[in-house]
Amino acid sequence: MGGYVLRRLISVFLVVFVVASGTFVLMHTIPGGPFKKEKALPPAIQRNIEERYKLNDPLWKQYADYLKNLLRGDLGPSFKYLGRSVNDIIRDGFPVSAALGAWAILFALVVGVPAGIISALNQNKWQDNAVMAIAIIGVSVPNFVIATLLMYVFAVKLRWLPVAMWGTPRHVILPMIALAGFPAAFFARLMRSSTLDVLSQDYIRTARAKGLSWYAVVVKHVVKNAILPVVTYLGPLVAGILTGSFVVENIFAIPGLGRYYVTSIYNRDYTTIMGVTIFYSAFLVLVNFLVDITYGWIDPRIKLVKAKE
Amino acid sequence: MEYTADMFKPVEKDIEGAEAIVRPSVTYWQDAWRRLKQNRLAMIGLWVIVIITLIAVFGPVLSPYSYSDQSLFDQNMYVSKEHWLGTDDLGRDLLTRIMYGARISLTVGFLASLINLTVGVVYGGVSGYYGGHIDNIMMRIVEILSGIPLLLYVILLMVVLKPGLQNILIALGLVYWLGMARIVRGQILSLKEQDYVLAARTIGADNSRIIYKHLIPNAMGPIIVTATLNIPQAIFTEAFLSFIGLGVNAPMASWGVLANDALPSFRSYPWQLFFPAIAISITMLAFNFLGDGLRDALDPKQRK
Repeated sequence: MGGYVLRRLISVFLVVFVVASGTFVLMHTIPGGPFKKEKALPPAIQRNIEERYKLNDPLWKQYADYLKNLLRGDLGPSFKYLGRSVNDIIRDGFPVSAALGAWAILFALVVGVPAGIISALNQNKWQDNAVMAIAIIGVSVPNFVIATLLMYVFAVKLRWLPVAMWGTPRHVILPMIALAGFPAAFFARLMRSSTLDVLSQDYIRTARAKGLSWYAVVVKHVVKNAILPVVTYLGPLVAGILTGSFVVENIFAIPGLGRYYVTSIYNRDYTTIMGVTIFYSAFLVLVNFLVDITYGWIDPRIKLVKAKE
Repeated sequence: MEYTADMFKPVEKDIEGAEAIVRPSVTYWQDAWRRLKQNRLAMIGLWVIVIITLIAVFGPVLSPYSYSDQSLFDQNMYVSKEHWLGTDDLGRDLLTRIMYGARISLTVGFLASLINLTVGVVYGGVSGYYGGHIDNIMMRIVEILSGIPLLLYVILLMVVLKPGLQNILIALGLVYWLGMARIVRGQILSLKEQDYVLAARTIGADNSRIIYKHLIPNAMGPIIVTATLNIPQAIFTEAFLSFIGLGVNAPMASWGVLANDALPSFRSYPWQLFFPAIAISITMLAFNFLGDGLRDALDPKQRK
């Protein structure tokens, strides 16, 4: 267990290191550079800017400084917003994104998991067919389409909910559903197949044979075992919510990190793009790491040490 | 009625006849095709894909408008006889643009899938076949790269490469083979222990012959399923990139661009968004139906 955790931690650092180095290389292969405007700046100003952002140091020194700052958690200044650092942007945006993401994950679980169980318990009946039909549509319709459709129906036409912006609980509902659409559908499919698997196990028959009620069997035996694959999917789920937030936050004008990220792409704000990407990768590998550890803890049959294949 | 022994006579024993194979034997692929044909959703998906492909190829040619023709008199028109799906804010015919978008989406889907297929299969094949240190290193690389969502790499690459159809293909091709490599490796790992591989090696087949003639053909089922399910993913990625402004250039009309263009005037002209949205959704649905059907047909063990 200890060895496994250590190895995983090393790989967490490796991923972040690779992404950081990759972004550094990419940042320096972009022709032109962030301060080469169409209108040439006076040489003195140009020099001062390069001095300020240390662009005239040799490349290896820039790289070393960059990694050193990264270790201290400093992602550098934004090239677009004077006086704001990438850290400031993350500090502003991430809590909003995290709140929205947490709601979306909760919603996906609350809707997807029971839907999958109902589907499996009524295999090939209309409930099953209905859930699976909705689920395949859910995994096929892009999130920006779901987002705009929800906005049109519930905000523009019916006027039940605010069209956009952020602040009150009513603002959360539509973007939450838009973000949760794909994972909820995916959970329903996953939960259905794993529930069907568990239902055919011998221990379910045993539980029935010893006189447990069907309800008790489902709650205590079936669901408890069938939910395991859902836990493994939590890592990719967080990743999906995160990339989904790029468009959903943009459509609903939510001041989250995903929106800043896309705006920085529009603005060609390279340091912000790179910094936020590094932040995202570090966040995701950490989440995956935690999910794997939790998984070994929830399901004692999994021997983490042997996870190497 | 009474049965007596003389009413019966022994049947002539026909040893060869009993052994004869009455019907022609069914190959794996014929069998899979037969199973696929029985899957109604998969066949619907297949037909929809065929129709979309035909529309993408011939539609823009048959249309009286070009995808970039602007007409200031016909701005933001609703569905009409002249413009079946209306026009956009520059008076361009929406149907023509959507049909043109189908070309881009399908091109991205098929080509990206083809690149994944070649790179992923070779990478996974080599890694799984040679095993040991090579496998360890190659899979460690895959593991590190897939630590974060592939979309983030594609976004980074697109920021550097500048938008454009060709660059989308490059970015997708550089990144999306990882999943395929893993699947092929897993297949090869289990297949290479089979007896026929040993037999091939005894008669002197070299490594590349064993990989390309024995192992990969036998792993073809999962490979095809993965490639098919990669297509909607590639189409989605392109639409997503175009939607956040990293996709194809204006005036080219990808579905993601159309959806993004329609967003600002969405409240007044919602159909400008609905039509491309419907087009993306139907296409992805069709590929997902086909992919699911192919999985059931090619890998009957997995069927639930």
